[in-house]
Amino acid sequence: MSVTLDRTEGKAERPLFESADWGFETIQRCHDEIAKIAIDELGLDVYPNQIEVIGTEQMIDAYSSIGMPLFYKHWSFGKQFARNEAMYRAGMQGLAYEIVINSNPCISYIMEENTATMQTLVIAHAAFGHNHFFKNNYVFRQWTDADGILDYLEFARDYIMSCEERYGEAAVERLLDAAHALMSHAVHRYPRKRTNDLRSEEKRERERRLHDEQVFNDLWRTVPGKENTRHDPTAEERRRALLQLPQENILYFMEKTAPRLAPWQREILRIVRIIAQYFYPQIQTKVMNEGCATYVHYKIMNRLHEKGLLTDGAMVEFLKSHTNVVFQPDFDDPRYSGMNPYALGFAMMQDIERICTNPTEEDYQWFPHIAGTQDYMAVLRDVWANYRDESFILQFLSPHLVRQFGLFHVMDDSGEPNLRVEAIHDERGYRKIKQALAKHYDVSWFAPDIQVVDVNLAADRRLILHHRALNKVLLEEKDARLVLQHLADLWGYDVLMKEVDPATDSVLKEHTASPRAGVIQSDPS
Amino acid sequence: MHIVDRRLNPSGKNLANRQRFMRRAKAQIRKAVHESAGSRSIKDADEGGEVVLPAQGVHEPTFRRSGSGGIRDHLLPGNKEYIAGDTIQRPPSGGGGGGNEGSPDGEGEDDFRFALSRDEFVDLFLEDLELPDLAKRRVVNAEAPVWHRAGYSVSGSPANLALNRTVRNSLSRRIALRRPKPEELQALRDEIEALSGEDDEARRVELEEELRRKERRTGLIPFIDPIDVRYKRFDPMPRPVAQAVMFCLMDVSGSMTEHMKDLAKRFYVLLYIFLKRRYKNVDVVFIRHTHQASEVDEDTFFNSPETGGTVVSTALEEMQRVIDERYNPDNWNIYAAQASDGDNTASDNDKTASLLTKQILPACQYYAYLEVGRDSEHFPPGFIRRDSDLWQTYSTIIRAGAPMAMRKVGHRRDIYPVFRELFAKKTGSEVTPA
Repeated sequence: MSVTLDRTEGKAERPLFESADWGFETIQRCHDEIAKIAIDELGLDVYPNQIEVIGTEQMIDAYSSIGMPLFYKHWSFGKQFARNEAMYRAGMQGLAYEIVINSNPCISYIMEENTATMQTLVIAHAAFGHNHFFKNNYVFRQWTDADGILDYLEFARDYIMSCEERYGEAAVERLLDAAHALMSHAVHRYPRKRTNDLRSEEKRERERRLHDEQVFNDLWRTVPGKENTRHDPTAEERRRALLQLPQENILYFMEKTAPRLAPWQREILRIVRIIAQYFYPQIQTKVMNEGCATYVHYKIMNRLHEKGLLTDGAMVEFLKSHTNVVFQPDFDDPRYSGMNPYALGFAMMQDIERICTNPTEEDYQWFPHIAGTQDYMAVLRDVWANYRDESFILQFLSPHLVRQFGLFHVMDDSGEPNLRVEAIHDERGYRKIKQALAKHYDVSWFAPDIQVVDVNLAADRRLILHHRALNKVLLEEKDARLVLQHLADLWGYDVLMKEVDPATDSVLKEHTASPRAGVIQSDPS
Repeated sequence: MHIVDRRLNPSGKNLANRQRFMRRAKAQIRKAVHESAGSRSIKDADEGGEVVLPAQGVHEPTFRRSGSGGIRDHLLPGNKEYIAGDTIQRPPSGGGGGGNEGSPDGEGEDDFRFALSRDEFVDLFLEDLELPDLAKRRVVNAEAPVWHRAGYSVSGSPANLALNRTVRNSLSRRIALRRPKPEELQALRDEIEALSGEDDEARRVELEEELRRKERRTGLIPFIDPIDVRYKRFDPMPRPVAQAVMFCLMDVSGSMTEHMKDLAKRFYVLLYIFLKRRYKNVDVVFIRHTHQASEVDEDTFFNSPETGGTVVSTALEEMQRVIDERYNPDNWNIYAAQASDGDNTASDNDKTASLLTKQILPACQYYAYLEVGRDSEHFPPGFIRRDSDLWQTYSTIIRAGAPMAMRKVGHRRDIYPVFRELFAKKTGSEVTPA
C-alpha cells in the first residue's frame, strides 16, 4: 500500500454535488468515492456499512437510549429524552450530526436536516473512521461482539418485556433501577482466565516434559533444598477462592452469588452488565476513537477536494464545522470544560504524521522507532489497532504537542492552602505531563476502585466491600448511600462498605445499608 | 452499502419511556404544574409547556468520586505565565486552576426542566377534579350523525362497493350454474388440436360439439352479474352529545377594582378550561350588572367600565331570561359562576335569595359564588370579620342544601386552590367559613 498519493491524476469532471440538497443517489455516490479513498489510499479495513437516515425526534430518541437502535424500556430513558428535547427546543444544545453503532454491519445514523457536505463529512467520519476503529482496535475486538450485539439487544428487550408481563412493571423497574446504579461497576476489567481444553493441556504437559528431559541433570537431586512447606489455606481463604473474591464486577457477583434472587432477576442483571461491558471499550478509547475518525474525515475531505469532487464552497463549509469540532479552549476561557477529545486525538494523529514525514531532531530522540519512516498510514493503522487512550498518550504525546497546547500540571492537595504548578511545557516537564495526562484517561484511575472483598455465606451473610480511595478522594456520600441501598436490596442482607486508604490500609469512612423489604425480593426475610 | 430511510418509522418510539418517567415523577410533576399554574398567565394555562423539577427526585445515583478533598491533579491547556513550582491561590468554588472537573458524568445537579404537552399539562392541572351533577345528556340535532357500518346492501355508491362479498357471491353463482372454467375450455381445445387423422373424425366432431356448447354456456352466464353486487352499508347513528352552558355573572359597579376583576377572570378561565374538557360544546354567557344587568361579549365584560349601584337580582333575572330564551334546562347542563365583592343593596337581598332558590338553582347543575376581596384584605384563616350582605344571604341558602358553593379569594395565588376545593372529588356543596 502506497501512501504517497498520486497527485498527477486528472481532476473529476464534476463534483459530487453542487447544492446543499441531497438524495439517496448523492449519498451512494459520496459513499463510493469515499470508499475508494478510504480503502485504496488510506488502507482502512471496515465492516460493511449501513447508513440510516433519521429525523430530529429519532435522533434525540437514539441519544436517550444510549445510541442503540433497540433497547428495553425504562423511565430513565424517558427522562433523558425529555431533557434532551427541552434543551434542543430551547436552543441550548445542538444535535450530534451522527451516531454510529459498533455492529456488523456498522450502522451510522445521519440526520435528514444535514446539508450534502455534512452528510459527506459524516459518512467519512462515522462510516469509515469509527468503523475502522471498531473493527480493528484490540479493546473492541477483545470485549465486544459486533456480529451479535443487535441480536442480543433484541433478546434483552423481549426478555425484559416478558418479565414485565409476568412479574409486573414495578418489580422489573425496581430491579433495573438497582442494576443501573451499579452499572459503572459491572464490567470485567481484565479478561478472565479461561480453563484450558484437554488438547492444549496435553500439549503443555508434553512441552514441559520435553523441557525437563533437555535440562535433566542428576546432580540437582543431590542438592539439599528448602523444606517443602505446603501452605494450608485458612477457612477464609478457601471461602474467598470459592467465591472468586475479591471481585470488582459487582453485578456479576450479585448475579452469581446473591442468595435470594429469582432466576429472572439474575438474567436481567446479566443483561445490564453485558451491555455495560459492551460500552466499556468506548470509555477507554474516547480520544483515540474520535481522533481516528476526525483524522480520517479530514484526510478524506481534503482528498475529495483535491480530486475536484468537492466544490470550494463545500470545502469551506466543511472546514468551518471541522474547526468547531477540534477547538480546544484554554483553561481560563469561560468555554473551557476539560480537554476536548476530538482536539487532542486529532492533534496527536496529525503529529504522528508529521513525525513520520518531517521529523525534527527532538522527534528522533523521542520517537526513534517511527521518526522519518515516511509510511505514516502504516504507523497510524498500527496505533489504532494496538493502543487505548492511556497507553496511546503515554507513548505518543510529543513535546511538540505539549508546547502547542501549553499543557501544565497543577497539583491540588486539600491539605495545602494553595495549588502548586508541578510541571509545564519545558524540558523537565514533558515526561511528567505525559504521564499525568495518560493517567487521566486510565479507567482504573478515574473510576473509583470498589471491590467485593468478603462475605460469610454460612453466617450473617453480610457483604463487605472496599473502596480503595486513591489519593484519599472519597466517594460522593449521598450517591454512595443510595447505591449501597440498591446493593443491599439486591443482596438481601446487610452491606458494609469501607473506604480504605490504599497507602496505609487505614479505614477512612464506613457506610452500611440494610435491605428494604419487598423492594427486590418479594418474600420478607 | 445499504441506505435505509428510517424517517417514515412510526414516531413516538420513546413514548412508553416517557410515560414511565411521568409516572415515576408524578408527584413532583404535579407539584411543578401547580406552581407554574400560579406563575403563568392564566390565558395560556392550558397551553402545556415547560416545567422544572428538582434534580433529586429523578436522580440516578452511581458510585463516583467526590468533587472535593484528597489529592488531585489537573492537566490544563493554555499555559501563559506559570512555571514549575508556582503556587496558585485556590479558587473559591473548590475547582482547581479554573478547571473544575465537575461531576464525572457531565451532568450537573441542575434542576431538571422539560416540556409537557398540552394534554399532559391539562390532565395534571385538573387532576382529581370532578364536575358535580353530570346527569343531563341529550341528543342534539345540530350535531352531525355518525355513520356506522351496518352489513351489506344491494344498492349503493360505487365507492362503497364490497369487493370481497361481490366476488364471493359471483363465485357461488358460477359454481351453482356450472359455468365452464377457462381451464376446461383450454383442455378441450388442446385435445382437438392433438387429434389428427381420419379415424379420429368422429371423436373430433363430438369434441367440437362439446366445446361449442360450453362456449355458449360461458357466454350466457356472466362472470359477475348485477345480482352478485353488494355494497357496504352505513347507517346514521345519532350521537348523544352532552353540552353545557356557563354563565359568568359579575358585579361591575364602582366598588369592583381592577384587581378584583382580574381575580374573577382567572376563576372564569379555569372554569372554562375545566368545562371544555368535560363537554364537547361549552357556551359561555357573560352577564354583568350594576343596578341593572345586561348580557355582553367577553371583551366588554372584562374591560369596559361601568358605574352604578349594585342590585344582584337584576343579574339573576337576566340569567333567567337567557335561560328561558336559549338554554332549556332539560337540554343543557347549566353552570353559573358569580363574582362579586359582596355588596348588595340591602333591600335586594330577599329578592335575590328567592330568585336563586326558586328559579335559578333548580335549573342549574352547580352555582359557584366567588367573593373577591382586595389584596390587602387577605386575612389569615380564622380571622373574623363581618360577612358581606351577599355572603350572609347565600349562607342561608346553602344551609338549606342547595347545589351551590362559595369561597372568598383575596390574592391571585388563592384562585387555583379555591378552584380545586370547589371541584374536588366528593366534596359536595358545603361552606367553609373563610
